[in-house]
Amino acid sequence: MAEDEDMPLIRMRGITRVYGKGEAEVRALDGLDLDIRRGEFVAIMGPSGSGKSTAMNVIGCLDRPTGGSYHFNGVEIARLSHDQRALLRRNFLGFVFQGYNLLPRTTALDNVELPLIYKGLPPEERIARARQALQQVGLEGREHHDPSQLSGGQQQRVAMARALAGSPEVILADEPTGNLDTRRSVEIMQLLTGLRQENPDLTIVMVTHEDDMAAYADRLIWMVDGKIARDGRPGKAA
Amino acid sequence: MLWETVKLALKAIFRNALRSFLTVLGVVIGVAAVIAMVTVGQGSSDQVTSDVEKLGTNILMISPGQARMGPGSSNAASKPFEMKDVDRIAEEIALVETAAPMGSSSATVVYGNENYRTQITATDSRYLMATDWPLIAGRNFNAAEEKAGRAVCIMGETVRLELFGSGDPVGQKIRIGAISCEVIGLLEPKGASTFGQDQDDVVMLPMRLFQRRIAGNRDVGMIYVAVRDGASTDAAKAEIDSLLREIRRISPGEDDDFNVRDMKQIASMLTGINDVLTGMLSAVAAVSLLVGGIGIMNIMLVSVTERTREIGIRLAVGAQARQVMMQFLVEAVVLSLLGGVLGILLGLGLAAFASNLMSIPFAPDPTVVLMAFAFSAVVGVIFGYFPARAAARMDPIEALRHQ
Repeated sequence: MAEDEDMPLIRMRGITRVYGKGEAEVRALDGLDLDIRRGEFVAIMGPSGSGKSTAMNVIGCLDRPTGGSYHFNGVEIARLSHDQRALLRRNFLGFVFQGYNLLPRTTALDNVELPLIYKGLPPEERIARARQALQQVGLEGREHHDPSQLSGGQQQRVAMARALAGSPEVILADEPTGNLDTRRSVEIMQLLTGLRQENPDLTIVMVTHEDDMAAYADRLIWMVDGKIARDGRPGKAA
Repeated sequence: MLWETVKLALKAIFRNALRSFLTVLGVVIGVAAVIAMVTVGQGSSDQVTSDVEKLGTNILMISPGQARMGPGSSNAASKPFEMKDVDRIAEEIALVETAAPMGSSSATVVYGNENYRTQITATDSRYLMATDWPLIAGRNFNAAEEKAGRAVCIMGETVRLELFGSGDPVGQKIRIGAISCEVIGLLEPKGASTFGQDQDDVVMLPMRLFQRRIAGNRDVGMIYVAVRDGASTDAAKAEIDSLLREIRRISPGEDDDFNVRDMKQIASMLTGINDVLTGMLSAVAAVSLLVGGIGIMNIMLVSVTERTREIGIRLAVGAQARQVMMQFLVEAVVLSLLGGVLGILLGLGLAAFASNLMSIPFAPDPTVVLMAFAFSAVVGVIFGYFPARAAARMDPIEALRHQ
């Protein structure tokens, strides 16, 4: 991974994402230019339909842009296949979703182990790393609880442990506090910022519609109509 | 990784144990039916073979009429045998241990107030020697009785039970049709024959008595031949054949108007019929395996839809399409194999029960068991493929959005 000094971890140029055809065409992303450096904590905000979730999906390699170029870690990935993008997600990215997205009827430990299974780690190492990740989010002792036995905040912390377990370069959080009350939300945000203190190279990209949450980031991007409208420090942007 | 996938599949299967069980029920029934059919069929084949061996593989049965049946055969016109044919076979052919005449009919036998309709076998003392059939009381026919056609008889166990209950029949007089007849012997019970006939439901008379008083002719319906131990039955058959052709004045080039069959032929004919029946029933049972496979496909498709979100999560954390496909395929195969194993156990259990009931040997065939196992795996692969592919082709974003 030879990284140019000037080359950011994520570089997007003229990214478009078009759904539908002809009259029904929707341009969710319309020439997005975005650089994110290693170790940044970026919040993306914007009105609904501004393309922030689509941007998140493209950054997270869940979706493929219709046009433009996307360099991740210096590698062009806009045209990668389904499976190549899966490998990228497996090795470099961790996801936290608004709805937690834990496997039901599956213990916290098994949920956290999931990405490690696909990484092909041996069972003992998997369990050790999953336990460590759960400890990092303050859930030691809850390893064998089902999601249904955990509160929303705890479930989201399991999801964070799952994202962390694979030692990703980037954590992508799509409205991680959207389903939580203020106290739990603050706990989650404190966890996120705490992670960065432990590992200054960890990059976090978070979509949110709450100014309070965006305030934890060191950079705020405001999107409108599939493009960046404002880019600056939180607080001032809002 | 494969073991991980299998463990995962087992977890998914047991998470919904009742539904999984109902899903594989089709496969269970299909496999059980095939295994039970084949095992019982094999058992009854073995039974036929061992019955025939008990009867003696050295026994030949000669009857009038051509072996070939159907249009052009002149069965009805064939001349019956005579007593002297029997004697010539017994005396002139060195390979023959003994030969006995046999005629049969049925009649009502009466003792006191009891009467009972039974099988009449007309023969002579050589018959019991040829068939190795011992008496448990009394004695065999003697030469004087045979020659004079005296009214004596030997009875089977079933007839004794009907007429005498637990009493001793030897020395008693019974009436057979119009003949008053003294019982001189009681046969050892033999049980049912291969054909399902009660062999003890019989009264034996001297041939001469039968000819005079019942049949009204001098015909011998069938000849029973015991070949000497160690002698070739085929060689004996050939010699009997040429002797009978000479006696019956059949010119060269003409077909035999009698046929000589050995027990091996009869056994192979019976097991042949048995095998055809077993094959046909198994084929019908195999259809239910197919239906079972479709059941698995149905539930796997439902399961893929239900677990769309799970698939999305797996894709998000880095599962490749191939791995998702494998997961669902392995799940279908494991499900189907579990059904197969249950089916094998159930089938063997049913076969053991049925064999016991039909008093035939329980003959499980490892090849068939193995094939049923392999077949259920194949069912899993075939019917799991389509749902697994549907899972693997999912778009991660769509899948994650699925409620």
